[in-house]
Amino acid sequence: MSEQLLETQIGAWRAAILRGRAVDATDADELEGHLREQISDLEAAGLSGEEAFLIAVRRLGRVDQITAEFAREHGDRLWKQLAMPRADDGRRRAVITMFSFAVVAAVLAQFARIFAQLPGTSGAWLLRDASLFVLPVLAAYFAVLRRMPWRWVLGLGAVVAALAVAVNLFPLAQGGSTELLVAIHLPVVLWVVVGAAYLGGELRWSARRMDFIRFSGEWAIYYTLIALGGAVLVGLTVAVLTPIAPGSIKEVLNWVVPSGAAGAVVVAAWLVEEKKSVIENLAPVLTAIFTPLFAVMLLVSAVVYTVAGIGRDFDRDLLTVFDVLLLVVLGLVVYGISARESARDAGVMDVIRLVAVAAAILLDALVLVSMFARIGEFGFTANRVAALGLNLVLLANLAVTAWLTARLLAGRALPVRIERWQTGYLPVFAVWVTLVVLVLPPLFGFV
Amino acid sequence: MNIDKDLVAAMATPLVLAILVEGMSYGYAILGRVRELSEGDVQWTDGMLYPLLHRLERMGYIRAEWGRSPEGRRRRNYEITEAGIAQLAEQRKQWAAATRTLGGLWGSNMVVAGA
Repeated sequence: MSEQLLETQIGAWRAAILRGRAVDATDADELEGHLREQISDLEAAGLSGEEAFLIAVRRLGRVDQITAEFAREHGDRLWKQLAMPRADDGRRRAVITMFSFAVVAAVLAQFARIFAQLPGTSGAWLLRDASLFVLPVLAAYFAVLRRMPWRWVLGLGAVVAALAVAVNLFPLAQGGSTELLVAIHLPVVLWVVVGAAYLGGELRWSARRMDFIRFSGEWAIYYTLIALGGAVLVGLTVAVLTPIAPGSIKEVLNWVVPSGAAGAVVVAAWLVEEKKSVIENLAPVLTAIFTPLFAVMLLVSAVVYTVAGIGRDFDRDLLTVFDVLLLVVLGLVVYGISARESARDAGVMDVIRLVAVAAAILLDALVLVSMFARIGEFGFTANRVAALGLNLVLLANLAVTAWLTARLLAGRALPVRIERWQTGYLPVFAVWVTLVVLVLPPLFGFV
Repeated sequence: MNIDKDLVAAMATPLVLAILVEGMSYGYAILGRVRELSEGDVQWTDGMLYPLLHRLERMGYIRAEWGRSPEGRRRRNYEITEAGIAQLAEQRKQWAAATRTLGGLWGSNMVVAGA
């Protein structure tokens, strides 16, 4: 056996040892040193290179047994740690930056809360404007992190200012549906601003937009986890305070909850950026679990709706339900493809995704048809226009997604086409939510 | 004669520590010494030695440092520590008690017929 072949075999053996992650590179060095020494001893005893390699590997033991033994000793290696490496200067500055912005968000949230208690303002104002006190801080955080050019900072600042002025100058009727629509859609518009800051202005690149989609998914998961921890903290605080100072509970919560919720927005964003290269993304994992389940649910619903028809008591709420459904399906599609290796061929997951999307489209089409058939009974209101518009925006996206997925399965389109379609579609969502915030209220007389 | 697997596992720690008391050594040489001492009775899958060495290192019984073989190959040398020497003394007492107990039953003639 030639020297070169022996090297190849040792290399393959080393790769196999390293595969399970329980053995790290220095351990592999040590084991490889052992193997090489054994081989040279056996060769010195007159064995051929090939024989020596086989016997040496055999004496070391089966690869799976070795790695299992290492795993028992080094269990921690199997759990990737979000280790905070020793604080050097740059890192400390990064943490301080994050913390400062979190504090700013927390203080602004308190400011908003106290302002809402002044005479002449209302709880509805707080509900509507709350996102204006938090999300621009997150955008500013990314603007600082990405060293965004001033031109861009001023541009985004102007957008936020215009939104704030417009929303607050609108004579929105108290408790009216346009007020609620603004409260729901304004955070989404501001999230687009956050996206622009996150991308540091590189809005045109499809791949960068995909990064922001990934960031958004992970951010939502981290924020939820922080919120769960916060709920435990609040629950225990209440339990501890109840016997000694029941009167102070409300005051304590008034200070802790809004500040915590606002500060966590920045902290979650920081966490996502920190762990990006350390931990597997979670959103695609959840997507992989839920896509098949939703596919089954949608398929069954589509069959039932087709057979039974939509009942008489169909009302406008149903459209909102279907908006949420389409949003979930779109989320499954987007986060499914966000983790897809673009070079890989179509697989089972693509089939399942196509089934889910097609069933969702069928269901939605049934609802839309019956809605249009009875549009006279309903008439247009701000709520209905908002729900219908979102529905059409989502339906168009999913229809093209289904078409592209089908072509992908037929081997006639590349996965990257779906990715491009989704990232290219983001401006449509941005335009739509902006329309709902800025155009719908005047159109419907602010009620 | 092959010594039973469980017994080998029980012997492993004192055996390695006792070999390291003789002086600094490394994996391959430790295994060679085991083979030589037991005349082949202790069958050890070579790869299993390393997790054991790492465990002993983690417990503070031995110290490891990277060095080079005369041929220039990188190798990890192990050296016993104070704690390791104390541990070895403790284990030695236990093994002495174990062999004394069995010796009491089997008499001074420990050699089993036919061995």
